[in-house]
Amino acid sequence: MSRAQYRPLDVRAGRVDLSHGAGGRAMAQLIRQVFHPALDNEWLRQGNDQAAFDVEGGRMVMTTDGYVISPLFFPGGDIGSLAVHGTINDVAMAGAAPRFLSASFILEEGFPLADLERIARSMGDAARAAGIAVVTGDTKVVERGKADGVFICTTGIGLVPGGLEIFPERIRAGDRILLSGSLGDHGVAVMSRRHDLHFETALVSDSAPLHELVRAMVEAGGHAVHAMRDPTRGGLAATLNEIAAQAGVGMRLREAAIPVKPAVAAACELLGLDPLYVANEGKLVAFVAESAAPAVLEAMRAHPLGAEAALIGEVVADAQHFVQMTTEFGGERMVDWLSGEQLPRIC
Amino acid sequence: MKHAAEYRDGHLAARMAQRIAAEAVEGAGYRFMEFCGGHTHAISRYGLEDLLPGTVRLVHGPGCPVCVLPVARIDTAIALAAQPGVTLCTYGDLMRVPGSGGASLLRAKAAGADVRMIYCALDAVAIARAEPHREVVLFAIGFETTTPPTARSVRVAQQMGLTNFTVFCNHVLTPAAIQNILESPDVRRLGSVRLDGFIGPAHVSTIIGSEPYAFFAQEFAKPVVISGFEPLDVLQSVLMLVRQVNDGRHEVENQYGRAVSAAGNELAQRDVAEVFELRKSFEWRGLGQVPYSALRLKSAYGEFDAERRFTLSDQPAREVPGCQCGAVLRGVKEPLECRLFGTVCTPESPMGSCMVSPEGACSAYWTYKRFRARPLQGHDA
Repeated sequence: MSRAQYRPLDVRAGRVDLSHGAGGRAMAQLIRQVFHPALDNEWLRQGNDQAAFDVEGGRMVMTTDGYVISPLFFPGGDIGSLAVHGTINDVAMAGAAPRFLSASFILEEGFPLADLERIARSMGDAARAAGIAVVTGDTKVVERGKADGVFICTTGIGLVPGGLEIFPERIRAGDRILLSGSLGDHGVAVMSRRHDLHFETALVSDSAPLHELVRAMVEAGGHAVHAMRDPTRGGLAATLNEIAAQAGVGMRLREAAIPVKPAVAAACELLGLDPLYVANEGKLVAFVAESAAPAVLEAMRAHPLGAEAALIGEVVADAQHFVQMTTEFGGERMVDWLSGEQLPRIC
Repeated sequence: MKHAAEYRDGHLAARMAQRIAAEAVEGAGYRFMEFCGGHTHAISRYGLEDLLPGTVRLVHGPGCPVCVLPVARIDTAIALAAQPGVTLCTYGDLMRVPGSGGASLLRAKAAGADVRMIYCALDAVAIARAEPHREVVLFAIGFETTTPPTARSVRVAQQMGLTNFTVFCNHVLTPAAIQNILESPDVRRLGSVRLDGFIGPAHVSTIIGSEPYAFFAQEFAKPVVISGFEPLDVLQSVLMLVRQVNDGRHEVENQYGRAVSAAGNELAQRDVAEVFELRKSFEWRGLGQVPYSALRLKSAYGEFDAERRFTLSDQPAREVPGCQCGAVLRGVKEPLECRLFGTVCTPESPMGSCMVSPEGACSAYWTYKRFRARPLQGHDA
């Protein structure tokens, strides 16, 4: 081997090239210099193709998610922190304590190493702040034009405290619907940085790990917390319709009770969007037995990530599984699935 | 934003609704057509009909530019997009509108056509300037609201000396359509559609002003109230229409005074008059051929006219059998009366444009009002 290949990566000005995914020394160097310092933990340090860990008995949950967001850096986060938070939240929605993550990177040839390092560090910071470890990973490089900078896939494993059962089939008519905070912050913050929209806003993404909030809710409500989900793509509307169909129930919402920040409402007004359909990355919606709803709501409001939590409606019996809403104006409407993407209107 | 919230105030709405109920004469029956799809959606989105007394019925009109575009024009646009070297720029509304045989611009794009979604007509000019090797075509549609930006784009392209920018023009005119409805057999001879007045367009009227409605308000003795798009605007306009009917008046009144003047936006009108001229006739989906109801580029701007640059001819297209969009657009039928509604025609697989356009009546029913199709259930049944 020539000496040149032992020269440290120029992270400041260098770019990803095809050798960084070829399985040779360049790839090992990228992992050693960029990923290991950012994500460091005892499992990753072992450098094996897999991470081995002992767990206590009981129920485990596992989830996986691909992150392809554009732009990669947005107000309040970036693809790295998002890839940690999003997967933690999918684990947490079963009431589980997230423990381990894997991360798989698909990099586009030419991607600046400085950006990659920034993303890896952001991932490491997000994981450490949430108290979980990225224990194994993978790196691939594709030719220029075959990807959009960087794609990240993360898989998460979590443990469910003994006896806890949180899933949509437990939802019953009469359950109260609790929302942990305002809608649409993430979607609008990201859209504001899209080059084809470019509008100014002080909004930041709500991207955050929700497992501690979930723990507080379960402590307050126990088995009365029937189900939870984080309304990401498709927004609250898609999540509620999905759950209504899964649980075989209908829902009645009160629009006036649903928190939406004025800046989000204004941006949606301008773009012809409905906050009910805009993505969130740090919010959850919970279905809780009526008797326990006040206590769970109080626990949510006591947590920083649930300070604006609200009771937004009830579960009803409905063979057609409709989600209906009493509008602020006083009339009734459906809250339907989104058809395709939310597209800008023409007039 | 606070400004917009004031027009959605539930307490004010309840008070306005009480006044309408008090003034609407029992047994009279008031049927008002809201011309604009924007109104149809506001009415559905806020559940406004729940606040009206049973004597007041709202009839949905054809004011959705996507809905009234004949299938043949969509087919022509898709064919245009498929030509090598052509970049077709379109507003998002049109992407999923069905052409013949299940084609759409969205599908054409997936199959490799260069179709780009834009937010503003000038975006298409910017693309043409940045990519001189592409033939950039703006798929221009809309009523009087979107016509001035198209006119502006043509003039800007001319100033820039662009030779790779053209407009596929489908701009149509509101007064011609309203007159067509009032002269239709449904309204005149058959009496299958009774109309006691019109909720007039909001955005269209900011451009053309309130004067163009005076002719048919007088000629057909129908009151017109130009209304804003917020739900309180619509409620107030209904009240104004009820009062006109009660008084036997048929005037053009302007509820949307905060944006609409009698003469409209004269700068925009001058731009439009500079670039466009009337077509002798244009086909509207649902209404058929409507004389002097649409615009095309003047010959002085012929080099920017896609219909002259490319040899385009609309091929005969067939509507999906059973699709009632035409009757819905004329106010003869409600979406729920169409047998395709919610069975084979949904926003995911639309049979007609009324189901997919964000201003279409079928889309409004599907998105907001589907639950009304079934027997009422108790709140906590």
